[in-house]
Amino acid sequence: MSANRFNGFTDYGIGIGLRAPHYNHILTRKPVVDWFEIISENFMIDGGRPLHILDQILEQYKVVQHGVSMYFGSAEKLNREHLRRLKDLVQRTKTPWLSDHLCWGSVDGRYTHDLLPMPYTFEAARITAQKVREVQDFLEIPIAVENVSSYAEYHDSEMTEWEFLNEVVERADCGILLDVNNIYVSSQNHSFNPFDYVNSVPAQRVAQIHIAGHSKYRKYILDTHDHPVIDPVWKLYERAIQRVGHTATLLEWDDSIPTFQEVHDEALKANKFLRATALAEAV
Amino acid sequence: MKLMQLQRTMARAVMQPLTSSERMQRRAPDGGPMKRYASRFIKPNDRLTSFERLEIYNRQYWFRVLSALSEDFPGLRAVLGERRFDAMAKAYLIANPSRSFTLRNLSARMESWLRKNPKWAGANQNLAMDIVRLEWADIEAFDGKAEPALRPEDLASAAGPRLKLTIQPYVRLLSFRYPVDDLLLEVRKEDEDTDFASNTFTEHRKRKRVRAVAKLKPGQIFLAVHRIDYSVYFRRLDQEEFFILTALRQGKTLGAAVESAFRKSAVPPEERPLKVQTWFQTWAALGWFCRPEKKRAAS
Repeated sequence: MSANRFNGFTDYGIGIGLRAPHYNHILTRKPVVDWFEIISENFMIDGGRPLHILDQILEQYKVVQHGVSMYFGSAEKLNREHLRRLKDLVQRTKTPWLSDHLCWGSVDGRYTHDLLPMPYTFEAARITAQKVREVQDFLEIPIAVENVSSYAEYHDSEMTEWEFLNEVVERADCGILLDVNNIYVSSQNHSFNPFDYVNSVPAQRVAQIHIAGHSKYRKYILDTHDHPVIDPVWKLYERAIQRVGHTATLLEWDDSIPTFQEVHDEALKANKFLRATALAEAV
Repeated sequence: MKLMQLQRTMARAVMQPLTSSERMQRRAPDGGPMKRYASRFIKPNDRLTSFERLEIYNRQYWFRVLSALSEDFPGLRAVLGERRFDAMAKAYLIANPSRSFTLRNLSARMESWLRKNPKWAGANQNLAMDIVRLEWADIEAFDGKAEPALRPEDLASAAGPRLKLTIQPYVRLLSFRYPVDDLLLEVRKEDEDTDFASNTFTEHRKRKRVRAVAKLKPGQIFLAVHRIDYSVYFRRLDQEEFFILTALRQGKTLGAAVESAFRKSAVPPEERPLKVQTWFQTWAALGWFCRPEKKRAAS
Protein backbone atom coordinates (compact mmCIF):
# COMPACT_ATOMS: atom_id res chain seq x y z
CA MET A 1 0.00 0.00 0.00
CA SER A 2 2.99 2.29 0.58
CA ALA A 3 3.83 3.04 -3.04
CA ASN A 4 0.74 4.79 -4.30
CA ARG A 5 -0.26 7.53 -6.71
CA PHE A 6 0.04 10.12 -3.96
CA ASN A 7 3.76 9.56 -3.48
CA GLY A 8 4.59 8.96 -7.12
CA PHE A 9 4.58 5.15 -6.62
CA THR A 10 7.81 5.35 -4.60
CA ASP A 11 8.89 3.33 -1.57
CA TYR A 12 11.22 5.69 0.25
CA GLY A 13 11.92 4.21 3.68
CA ILE A 14 13.09 6.42 6.56
CA GLY A 15 14.32 9.96 6.06
CA ILE A 16 15.21 13.00 8.10
CA GLY A 17 14.78 16.73 7.59
CA LEU A 18 17.76 18.39 5.89
CA ARG A 19 18.95 21.06 8.33
CA ALA A 20 21.86 23.53 8.13
CA PRO A 21 23.80 22.25 11.20
CA HIS A 22 24.15 18.88 9.44
CA TYR A 23 25.27 20.11 6.00
CA ASN A 24 28.96 19.65 6.66
CA HIS A 25 28.55 16.16 8.11
CA ILE A 26 26.38 15.02 5.21
CA LEU A 27 28.62 16.43 2.49
CA THR A 28 31.89 15.25 3.98
CA ARG A 29 30.90 11.92 5.59
CA LYS A 30 28.20 10.97 3.08
CA PRO A 31 26.14 8.92 5.55
CA VAL A 32 23.68 6.36 4.22
CA VAL A 33 20.23 7.93 4.49
CA ASP A 34 17.16 6.75 2.59
CA TRP A 35 16.04 10.30 1.79
CA PHE A 36 15.95 13.91 2.96
CA GLU A 37 13.00 16.22 3.28
CA ILE A 38 13.70 19.88 2.55
CA ILE A 39 11.68 22.92 3.54
CA SER A 40 10.82 24.28 0.09
CA GLU A 41 10.80 27.93 1.14
CA ASN A 42 14.46 27.75 2.23
CA PHE A 43 15.46 27.04 -1.35
CA MET A 44 13.01 29.22 -3.30
CA ILE A 45 15.72 31.81 -3.85
CA ASP A 46 17.76 33.06 -6.79
CA GLY A 47 21.18 31.58 -5.98
CA GLY A 48 23.96 31.31 -3.44
CA ARG A 49 25.00 28.74 -0.88
CA PRO A 50 21.58 27.14 -0.12
CA LEU A 51 21.07 26.11 -3.75
CA HIS A 52 24.71 25.04 -4.06
CA ILE A 53 24.29 22.75 -1.03
CA LEU A 54 21.00 21.44 -2.36
CA ASP A 55 22.57 20.57 -5.72
CA GLN A 56 25.29 18.58 -3.97
CA ILE A 57 22.70 16.75 -1.86
CA LEU A 58 20.65 16.00 -4.98
CA GLU A 59 23.67 14.34 -6.59
CA GLN A 60 23.71 11.69 -3.89
CA TYR A 61 20.35 11.52 -2.15
CA LYS A 62 16.65 11.36 -2.79
CA VAL A 63 14.92 14.59 -1.76
CA VAL A 64 11.26 15.34 -1.08
CA GLN A 65 9.88 18.86 -0.76
CA HIS A 66 7.81 19.97 2.20
CA GLY A 67 6.35 23.47 2.34
CA VAL A 68 5.28 25.68 5.22
CA SER A 69 3.50 28.62 3.60
CA MET A 70 1.23 27.53 0.77
CA TYR A 71 -1.70 27.95 3.15
CA PHE A 72 -4.20 25.81 1.27
CA GLY A 73 -6.79 26.84 3.85
CA SER A 74 -6.45 30.61 3.50
CA ALA A 75 -9.58 32.17 2.02
CA GLU A 76 -7.53 34.43 -0.24
CA LYS A 77 -6.20 33.45 -3.66
CA LEU A 78 -2.95 31.53 -4.12
CA ASN A 79 0.23 33.59 -4.37
CA ARG A 80 1.36 33.27 -8.01
CA GLU A 81 4.96 34.30 -7.25
CA HIS A 82 5.11 31.56 -4.62
CA LEU A 83 3.80 29.01 -7.11
CA ARG A 84 6.22 30.06 -9.84
CA ARG A 85 9.22 29.77 -7.55
CA LEU A 86 7.94 26.48 -6.17
CA LYS A 87 7.63 25.06 -9.67
CA ASP A 88 11.23 26.05 -10.43
CA LEU A 89 12.34 24.17 -7.33
CA VAL A 90 10.21 21.13 -8.17
CA GLN A 91 11.95 20.96 -11.52
CA ARG A 92 15.31 21.17 -9.79
CA THR A 93 14.67 18.52 -7.11
CA LYS A 94 12.38 16.24 -9.16
CA THR A 95 10.52 15.56 -5.94
CA PRO A 96 8.09 12.69 -6.54
CA TRP A 97 5.46 14.34 -4.37
CA LEU A 98 5.12 17.60 -2.49
CA SER A 99 3.55 18.26 0.87
CA ASP A 100 2.28 21.29 2.75
CA HIS A 101 -0.06 21.87 5.65
CA LEU A 102 -3.80 21.72 6.02
CA CYS A 103 -3.99 25.13 7.62
CA TRP A 104 -4.15 28.83 6.89
CA GLY A 105 -1.68 31.60 7.72
CA SER A 106 -2.24 34.61 5.49
CA VAL A 107 -5.10 36.99 4.93
CA ASP A 108 -5.36 40.08 2.71
CA GLY A 109 -1.77 39.48 1.58
CA ARG A 110 -0.36 39.59 5.11
CA TYR A 111 1.52 36.54 6.36
CA THR A 112 1.65 35.28 9.95
CA HIS A 113 4.25 32.61 9.12
CA ASP A 114 2.33 30.28 11.42
CA LEU A 115 0.28 27.16 10.79
CA LEU A 116 -3.11 28.39 11.98
CA PRO A 117 -5.90 25.87 12.53
CA MET A 118 -8.83 25.55 10.16
CA PRO A 119 -12.46 25.83 11.16
CA TYR A 120 -13.80 22.37 10.30
CA THR A 121 -16.64 23.57 8.08
CA PHE A 122 -17.90 22.45 4.68
CA GLU A 123 -17.21 25.91 3.26
CA ALA A 124 -13.56 25.70 4.41
CA ALA A 125 -13.23 22.16 3.03
CA ARG A 126 -14.54 23.29 -0.36
CA ILE A 127 -12.22 26.31 -0.58
CA THR A 128 -9.21 24.34 0.63
CA ALA A 129 -9.78 21.43 -1.73
CA GLN A 130 -10.15 23.83 -4.67
CA LYS A 131 -6.78 25.37 -3.87
CA VAL A 132 -5.09 21.99 -3.47
CA ARG A 133 -6.38 21.07 -6.92
CA GLU A 134 -5.08 24.34 -8.40
CA VAL A 135 -1.62 23.73 -6.93
CA GLN A 136 -1.63 20.12 -8.09
CA ASP A 137 -2.60 21.16 -11.61
CA PHE A 138 0.03 23.90 -11.73
CA LEU A 139 2.90 21.84 -10.33
CA GLU A 140 1.92 18.62 -12.12
CA ILE A 141 2.99 16.41 -9.22
CA PRO A 142 1.00 14.71 -6.44
CA ILE A 143 0.23 16.85 -3.39
CA ALA A 144 -0.07 15.53 0.15
CA VAL A 145 -1.66 17.67 2.87
CA GLU A 146 -0.40 17.44 6.43
CA ASN A 147 -2.53 17.63 9.55
CA VAL A 148 -1.18 20.33 11.91
CA SER A 149 -0.88 20.58 15.68
CA SER A 150 -3.41 23.02 17.08
CA TYR A 151 -4.03 24.90 20.29
CA ALA A 152 -7.46 26.33 19.54
CA GLU A 153 -10.82 25.17 18.20
CA TYR A 154 -13.58 27.24 16.66
CA HIS A 155 -17.26 27.50 17.51
CA ASP A 156 -17.96 27.33 13.78
CA SER A 157 -16.62 23.80 13.30
CA GLU A 158 -19.19 21.37 11.93
CA MET A 159 -17.15 18.15 12.12
CA THR A 160 -14.09 16.59 13.76
CA GLU A 161 -10.61 17.33 12.47
CA TRP A 162 -10.26 13.90 10.90
CA GLU A 163 -13.63 14.22 9.19
CA PHE A 164 -12.46 17.56 7.82
CA LEU A 165 -9.20 16.04 6.59
CA ASN A 166 -11.15 13.28 4.83
CA GLU A 167 -13.56 15.81 3.33
CA VAL A 168 -10.68 17.87 1.91
CA VAL A 169 -8.64 15.00 0.49
CA GLU A 170 -11.66 13.37 -1.13
CA ARG A 171 -12.76 16.64 -2.74
CA ALA A 172 -9.20 17.48 -3.85
CA ASP A 173 -8.30 13.88 -4.70
CA CYS A 174 -4.93 14.39 -3.02
CA GLY A 175 -2.67 12.52 -0.64
CA ILE A 176 -2.11 12.80 3.10
CA LEU A 177 1.07 13.45 5.01
CA LEU A 178 0.01 11.91 8.28
CA ASP A 179 1.84 13.55 11.19
CA VAL A 180 1.28 11.25 14.15
CA ASN A 181 3.00 13.64 16.55
CA ASN A 182 0.60 16.40 15.51
CA ILE A 183 -2.32 14.04 16.08
CA TYR A 184 -0.99 13.31 19.56
CA VAL A 185 -0.41 17.01 20.38
CA SER A 186 -3.89 18.01 19.21
CA SER A 187 -5.50 15.05 20.99
CA GLN A 188 -3.99 16.25 24.28
CA ASN A 189 -4.92 19.86 23.64
CA HIS A 190 -8.49 19.07 22.60
CA SER A 191 -9.18 15.89 24.58
CA PHE A 192 -9.92 13.34 21.88
CA ASN A 193 -8.69 9.79 21.37
CA PRO A 194 -5.78 9.96 18.90
CA PHE A 195 -6.47 6.40 17.75
CA ASP A 196 -9.92 7.49 16.54
CA TYR A 197 -8.06 9.89 14.25
CA VAL A 198 -5.52 7.36 12.97
CA ASN A 199 -8.22 4.73 12.48
CA SER A 200 -10.37 7.03 10.38
CA VAL A 201 -7.74 8.19 7.89
CA PRO A 202 -8.21 6.78 4.36
CA ALA A 203 -5.14 4.51 4.33
CA GLN A 204 -4.88 4.40 0.56
CA ARG A 205 -4.24 8.15 0.46
CA VAL A 206 -1.33 8.27 2.91
CA ALA A 207 1.77 9.30 0.98
CA GLN A 208 4.08 9.86 3.92
CA ILE A 209 4.25 9.90 7.72
CA HIS A 210 5.88 12.47 10.02
CA ILE A 211 7.19 11.72 13.49
CA ALA A 212 8.61 14.31 15.90
CA GLY A 213 9.02 15.38 19.50
CA HIS A 214 7.18 18.15 21.33
CA SER A 215 7.17 20.18 24.56
CA LYS A 216 4.71 19.67 27.38
CA TYR A 217 3.49 22.66 29.36
CA ARG A 218 1.18 22.68 32.34
CA LYS A 219 -2.04 23.24 30.38
CA TYR A 220 -1.15 22.37 26.81
CA ILE A 221 1.43 20.79 24.52
CA LEU A 222 3.42 22.72 21.91
CA ASP A 223 4.67 21.17 18.70
CA THR A 224 8.30 22.25 19.02
CA HIS A 225 10.24 19.52 17.17
CA ASP A 226 13.02 19.75 19.72
CA HIS A 227 12.86 16.41 21.54
CA PRO A 228 12.98 12.70 20.74
CA VAL A 229 9.72 10.96 19.84
CA ILE A 230 7.82 9.85 22.95
CA ASP A 231 6.32 6.38 23.41
CA PRO A 232 2.66 7.35 22.94
CA VAL A 233 3.60 8.84 19.55
CA TRP A 234 5.46 5.66 18.58
CA LYS A 235 2.31 3.73 19.48
CA LEU A 236 0.30 5.92 17.13
CA TYR A 237 2.96 5.40 14.49
CA GLU A 238 2.73 1.64 14.98
CA ARG A 239 -1.03 1.78 14.50
CA ALA A 240 -0.67 3.99 11.44
CA ILE A 241 1.82 1.59 9.87
CA GLN A 242 -0.47 -1.36 10.59
CA ARG A 243 -3.16 0.45 8.64
CA VAL A 244 -1.19 1.97 5.76
CA GLY A 245 1.73 -0.43 5.39
CA HIS A 246 5.41 0.33 4.85
CA THR A 247 5.25 4.09 4.20
CA ALA A 248 7.88 6.79 3.70
CA THR A 249 8.57 8.06 7.21
CA LEU A 250 10.34 11.22 8.24
CA LEU A 251 11.61 12.53 11.58
CA GLU A 252 11.38 16.31 12.05
CA TRP A 253 13.88 17.93 14.42
CA ASP A 254 13.99 21.71 14.01
CA ASP A 255 15.17 23.23 17.26
CA SER A 256 17.97 22.37 19.72
CA ILE A 257 19.18 20.15 16.90
CA PRO A 258 21.54 17.40 18.11
CA THR A 259 24.22 15.71 16.01
CA PHE A 260 23.34 14.16 12.70
CA GLN A 261 23.88 10.69 14.16
CA GLU A 262 21.50 11.30 17.06
CA VAL A 263 18.77 12.54 14.75
CA HIS A 264 19.26 9.70 12.31
CA ASP A 265 19.32 7.08 15.09
CA GLU A 266 16.07 8.46 16.45
CA ALA A 267 14.48 8.24 13.00
CA LEU A 268 15.72 4.68 12.48
CA LYS A 269 13.74 3.54 15.53
CA ALA A 270 10.82 3.52 13.10
CA ASN A 271 12.38 0.42 11.53
CA LYS A 272 11.15 -1.71 14.42
CA PHE A 273 7.55 -0.99 13.48
CA LEU A 274 8.09 -1.11 9.74
CA ARG A 275 9.73 -4.54 10.00
CA ALA A 276 7.02 -5.91 12.28
CA THR A 277 4.35 -4.82 9.84
CA ALA A 278 6.26 -6.23 6.88
CA LEU A 279 6.57 -9.54 8.74
CA ALA A 280 2.88 -9.58 9.59
CA GLU A 281 2.01 -8.92 5.95
CA ALA A 282 4.30 -11.74 4.83
CA VAL A 283 2.72 -14.45 7.01
CA MET B 1 -18.87 33.22 10.32
CA LYS B 2 -17.61 33.03 6.72
CA LEU B 3 -14.08 31.68 6.33
CA MET B 4 -12.62 35.01 5.18
CA GLN B 5 -14.28 36.89 8.03
CA LEU B 6 -13.06 34.39 10.61
CA GLN B 7 -9.51 34.55 9.28
CA ARG B 8 -9.52 38.35 9.30
CA THR B 9 -10.86 38.37 12.85
CA MET B 10 -8.24 35.93 14.07
CA ALA B 11 -5.34 37.50 12.15
CA ARG B 12 -6.11 40.94 13.61
CA ALA B 13 -5.81 39.49 17.11
CA VAL B 14 -2.77 37.34 16.35
CA MET B 15 -0.88 40.26 14.81
CA GLN B 16 -1.83 42.76 17.51
CA PRO B 17 1.29 43.69 19.54
CA LEU B 18 1.93 42.04 22.89
CA THR B 19 2.04 43.95 26.17
CA SER B 20 5.39 44.92 27.70
CA SER B 21 5.29 41.67 29.69
CA GLU B 22 4.84 39.74 26.44
CA ARG B 23 1.21 38.79 27.04
CA MET B 24 -1.83 39.32 24.85
CA GLN B 25 -3.44 42.73 25.23
CA ARG B 26 -6.67 42.94 27.21
CA ARG B 27 -8.05 45.38 24.61
CA ALA B 28 -9.13 43.77 21.32
CA PRO B 29 -8.51 45.24 17.85
CA ASP B 30 -12.16 46.42 17.77
CA GLY B 31 -11.67 48.40 20.99
CA GLY B 32 -13.71 46.02 23.17
CA PRO B 33 -12.40 43.54 25.70
CA MET B 34 -10.20 40.82 24.18
CA LYS B 35 -11.93 38.20 26.34
CA ARG B 36 -15.19 38.88 24.54
CA TYR B 37 -13.48 39.15 21.14
CA ALA B 38 -11.76 35.75 21.54
CA SER B 39 -14.86 34.00 22.89
CA ARG B 40 -16.81 35.03 19.78
CA PHE B 41 -14.90 32.53 17.62
CA ILE B 42 -12.66 30.36 19.83
CA LYS B 43 -13.96 27.63 22.09
CA PRO B 44 -12.61 27.35 25.62
CA ASN B 45 -11.70 23.93 27.01
CA ASP B 46 -11.41 22.48 30.51
CA ARG B 47 -7.91 24.02 30.96
CA LEU B 48 -7.77 27.16 28.85
CA THR B 49 -10.14 30.05 28.19
CA SER B 50 -10.73 31.34 24.65
CA PHE B 51 -8.43 34.25 25.52
CA GLU B 52 -5.62 31.91 26.62
CA ARG B 53 -5.92 29.75 23.51
CA LEU B 54 -5.77 32.74 21.22
CA GLU B 55 -2.87 34.14 23.23
CA ILE B 56 -0.72 31.11 22.32
CA TYR B 57 -0.91 32.13 18.66
CA ASN B 58 -0.49 35.85 19.41
CA ARG B 59 2.73 35.21 21.33
CA GLN B 60 4.08 32.74 18.79
CA TYR B 61 3.57 35.26 16.00
CA TRP B 62 5.47 38.03 17.77
CA PHE B 63 8.26 35.79 19.02
CA ARG B 64 8.77 34.47 15.48
CA VAL B 65 8.84 37.78 13.61
CA LEU B 66 10.88 39.63 16.24
CA SER B 67 13.41 36.83 16.30
CA ALA B 68 13.67 36.93 12.48
CA LEU B 69 14.37 40.68 12.53
CA SER B 70 16.90 40.26 15.30
CA GLU B 71 18.75 37.63 13.26
CA ASP B 72 18.79 39.90 10.22
CA PHE B 73 20.16 42.96 12.05
CA PRO B 74 22.73 42.11 14.75
CA GLY B 75 24.63 45.26 13.77
CA LEU B 76 21.62 47.55 14.10
CA ARG B 77 20.89 45.90 17.42
CA ALA B 78 24.40 46.82 18.58
CA VAL B 79 24.01 50.40 17.32
CA LEU B 80 20.61 51.02 18.89
CA GLY B 81 21.00 48.93 22.02
CA GLU B 82 18.72 46.00 22.82
CA ARG B 83 15.77 47.89 24.30
CA ARG B 84 15.63 50.53 21.59
CA PHE B 85 16.05 47.86 18.90
CA ASP B 86 13.14 45.83 20.28
CA ALA B 87 10.88 48.89 20.33
CA MET B 88 11.95 49.81 16.79
CA ALA B 89 11.41 46.24 15.56
CA LYS B 90 7.91 46.19 17.00
CA ALA B 91 7.05 49.52 15.36
CA TYR B 92 8.50 48.31 12.04
CA LEU B 93 6.45 45.11 12.13
CA ILE B 94 3.24 46.94 12.97
CA ALA B 95 3.79 49.20 9.95
CA ASN B 96 5.21 46.44 7.72
CA PRO B 97 3.62 43.07 8.40
CA SER B 98 5.11 40.34 6.23
CA ARG B 99 3.74 40.36 2.69
CA SER B 100 5.89 37.53 1.45
CA PHE B 101 5.60 33.76 1.74
CA THR B 102 9.13 33.73 3.18
CA LEU B 103 10.56 35.39 6.28
CA ARG B 104 13.65 36.04 4.19
CA ASN B 105 11.92 39.16 2.87
CA LEU B 106 10.66 40.45 6.22
CA SER B 107 13.39 43.10 6.49
CA ALA B 108 13.20 44.31 2.89
CA ARG B 109 11.51 47.60 3.79
CA MET B 110 13.62 48.42 6.84
CA GLU B 111 15.81 51.00 5.12
CA SER B 112 12.95 52.93 3.52
CA TRP B 113 10.84 52.72 6.68
CA LEU B 114 13.65 53.99 8.90
CA ARG B 115 14.28 56.82 6.46
CA LYS B 116 10.65 57.90 6.79
CA ASN B 117 10.62 57.30 10.54
CA PRO B 118 14.00 58.60 11.74
CA LYS B 119 12.89 58.78 15.38
CA TRP B 120 13.45 55.00 15.54
CA ALA B 121 17.00 55.25 14.22
CA GLY B 122 18.45 56.37 17.55
CA ALA B 123 20.82 59.18 18.36
CA ASN B 124 23.16 58.56 15.43
CA GLN B 125 20.82 58.22 12.47
CA ASN B 126 23.56 58.19 9.83
CA LEU B 127 25.23 55.26 11.51
CA ALA B 128 21.94 53.39 11.92
CA MET B 129 21.06 53.90 8.27
CA ASP B 130 24.50 52.77 7.16
CA ILE B 131 24.40 49.55 9.16
CA VAL B 132 20.85 48.74 7.96
CA ARG B 133 21.94 49.15 4.34
CA LEU B 134 24.96 46.94 4.89
CA GLU B 135 23.01 44.19 6.65
CA TRP B 136 20.34 44.09 3.96
CA ALA B 137 23.02 44.05 1.24
CA ASP B 138 24.57 41.09 3.05
CA ILE B 139 21.27 39.18 2.87
CA GLU B 140 20.89 39.98 -0.83
CA ALA B 141 24.47 39.04 -1.65
CA PHE B 142 24.09 35.72 0.18
CA ASP B 143 21.32 34.32 -1.99
CA GLY B 144 21.29 36.66 -4.98
CA LYS B 145 21.40 35.37 -8.52
CA ALA B 146 24.74 34.54 -10.17
CA GLU B 147 25.06 34.58 -13.94
CA PRO B 148 27.86 32.69 -15.73
CA ALA B 149 31.05 34.71 -15.27
CA LEU B 150 32.78 36.54 -18.10
CA ARG B 151 35.74 34.68 -19.65
CA PRO B 152 38.73 36.33 -21.40
CA GLU B 153 37.59 34.92 -24.74
CA ASP B 154 34.22 36.65 -24.37
CA LEU B 155 36.04 39.97 -24.68
CA ALA B 156 38.19 39.08 -27.66
CA SER B 157 35.96 40.72 -30.25
CA ALA B 158 34.27 43.28 -28.04
CA ALA B 159 37.02 45.02 -26.06
CA GLY B 160 37.25 48.80 -26.37
CA PRO B 161 35.76 51.95 -24.89
CA ARG B 162 32.26 51.18 -26.22
CA LEU B 163 32.17 47.86 -24.34
CA LYS B 164 29.30 47.42 -21.92
CA LEU B 165 29.82 45.07 -19.00
CA THR B 166 27.14 43.65 -16.72
CA ILE B 167 27.90 43.19 -13.05
CA GLN B 168 26.72 40.07 -11.24
CA PRO B 169 23.29 40.59 -9.64
CA TYR B 170 24.57 39.39 -6.26
CA VAL B 171 27.28 42.08 -6.06
CA ARG B 172 26.03 45.08 -4.07
CA LEU B 173 27.83 48.42 -4.36
CA LEU B 174 27.43 50.84 -1.50
CA SER B 175 28.94 53.99 -0.07
CA PHE B 176 28.79 54.67 3.67
CA ARG B 177 29.45 57.56 6.00
CA TYR B 178 30.89 55.22 8.63
CA PRO B 179 33.22 52.19 8.38
CA VAL B 180 30.33 49.89 9.23
CA ASP B 181 31.98 46.85 7.69
CA ASP B 182 34.48 46.77 10.58
CA LEU B 183 31.71 47.24 13.12
CA LEU B 184 29.57 44.45 11.72
CA LEU B 185 32.49 42.04 11.58
CA GLU B 186 33.30 42.83 15.19
CA VAL B 187 29.71 42.27 16.29
CA ARG B 188 29.57 38.96 14.46
CA LYS B 189 32.85 37.79 15.91
CA GLU B 190 31.56 38.47 19.40
CA ASP B 191 28.35 36.58 18.63
CA GLU B 192 30.38 33.57 17.51
CA ASP B 193 32.69 33.75 20.52
CA THR B 194 29.80 33.86 22.94
CA ASP B 195 27.56 31.18 21.53
CA PHE B 196 27.86 29.24 24.76
CA ALA B 197 28.39 32.25 26.99
CA SER B 198 27.30 32.69 30.57
CA ASN B 199 25.23 35.69 31.65
CA THR B 200 28.37 37.42 32.90
CA PHE B 201 29.93 36.94 29.51
CA THR B 202 26.83 38.31 27.79
CA GLU B 203 26.98 41.45 29.93
CA HIS B 204 30.64 41.81 29.04
CA ARG B 205 29.77 41.44 25.37
CA LYS B 206 27.09 44.12 25.63
CA ARG B 207 29.56 46.56 27.19
CA LYS B 208 32.11 45.74 24.49
CA ARG B 209 29.55 46.43 21.82
CA VAL B 210 28.56 49.74 23.33
CA ARG B 211 32.25 50.73 23.34
CA ALA B 212 32.72 49.55 19.74
CA VAL B 213 29.78 51.65 18.57
CA ALA B 214 30.81 54.68 20.62
CA LYS B 215 34.36 54.70 19.32
CA LEU B 216 33.31 54.40 15.67
CA LYS B 217 34.26 57.66 13.98
CA PRO B 218 32.69 58.89 10.74
CA GLY B 219 34.72 58.18 7.64
CA GLN B 220 33.43 57.64 4.13
CA ILE B 221 34.00 54.18 2.70
CA PHE B 222 33.02 52.49 -0.55
CA LEU B 223 32.19 48.83 -0.39
CA ALA B 224 31.36 45.87 -2.58
CA VAL B 225 29.36 43.19 -0.79
CA HIS B 226 30.01 40.08 -2.81
CA ARG B 227 30.65 36.38 -2.41
CA ILE B 228 33.46 33.93 -2.98
CA ASP B 229 32.73 30.21 -2.86
CA TYR B 230 29.23 31.00 -1.62
CA SER B 231 30.41 32.99 1.41
CA VAL B 232 29.71 36.73 1.63
CA TYR B 233 32.64 39.13 1.90
CA PHE B 234 33.02 42.89 2.17
CA ARG B 235 35.63 44.48 -0.11
CA ARG B 236 36.67 48.08 0.35
CA LEU B 237 36.86 50.01 -2.94
CA ASP B 238 38.68 53.16 -3.95
CA GLN B 239 36.33 56.02 -4.74
CA GLU B 240 37.06 55.91 -8.48
CA GLU B 241 36.75 52.14 -8.49
CA PHE B 242 33.32 52.46 -6.91
CA PHE B 243 32.29 55.10 -9.45
CA ILE B 244 33.33 52.92 -12.40
CA LEU B 245 31.44 49.89 -11.11
CA THR B 246 28.36 51.97 -10.32
CA ALA B 247 28.41 53.52 -13.79
CA LEU B 248 28.77 50.08 -15.41
CA ARG B 249 25.83 48.83 -13.38
CA GLN B 250 23.83 51.81 -14.66
CA GLY B 251 24.53 50.63 -18.22
CA LYS B 252 27.25 53.07 -19.23
CA THR B 253 29.97 52.00 -21.64
CA LEU B 254 33.37 51.18 -20.26
CA GLY B 255 34.82 54.38 -21.73
CA ALA B 256 32.10 56.59 -20.26
CA ALA B 257 32.35 54.88 -16.86
CA VAL B 258 36.10 55.42 -16.62
CA GLU B 259 35.86 58.99 -17.84
CA SER B 260 33.16 59.97 -15.35
CA ALA B 261 34.93 58.19 -12.48
CA PHE B 262 38.08 60.27 -12.84
CA ARG B 263 36.40 63.59 -13.64
CA LYS B 264 37.06 65.09 -10.20
CA SER B 265 39.70 62.61 -9.14
CA ALA B 266 42.90 63.47 -7.31
CA VAL B 267 44.66 60.50 -8.90
CA PRO B 268 47.36 61.87 -11.26
CA PRO B 269 46.47 61.15 -14.91
CA GLU B 270 49.64 59.14 -15.51
CA GLU B 271 48.70 56.67 -12.73
CA ARG B 272 45.15 56.09 -13.91
CA PRO B 273 45.70 53.49 -16.67
CA LEU B 274 47.58 51.17 -14.34
CA LYS B 275 44.98 51.58 -11.60
CA VAL B 276 42.13 50.80 -13.97
CA GLN B 277 43.97 47.79 -15.34
CA THR B 278 44.61 46.42 -11.84
CA TRP B 279 41.00 46.95 -10.79
CA PHE B 280 39.69 45.17 -13.86
CA GLN B 281 41.99 42.23 -13.27
CA THR B 282 40.71 41.96 -9.70
CA TRP B 283 37.03 42.26 -10.63
CA ALA B 284 37.41 39.69 -13.38
CA ALA B 285 39.27 37.31 -11.05
CA LEU B 286 36.44 37.67 -8.52
CA GLY B 287 33.92 36.79 -11.26
CA TRP B 288 32.02 40.07 -10.91
CA PHE B 289 31.24 40.44 -14.61
CA CYS B 290 28.54 38.41 -16.31
CA ARG B 291 29.09 36.69 -19.62
CA PRO B 292 27.13 38.51 -22.36
CA GLU B 293 23.81 36.82 -23.05
CA LYS B 294 24.71 35.97 -26.68
CA LYS B 295 27.88 34.20 -25.54
CA ARG B 296 25.93 32.35 -22.87
CA ALA B 297 23.44 31.07 -25.44
CA ALA B 298 26.26 30.04 -27.78
CA SER B 299 28.11 28.09 -25.09
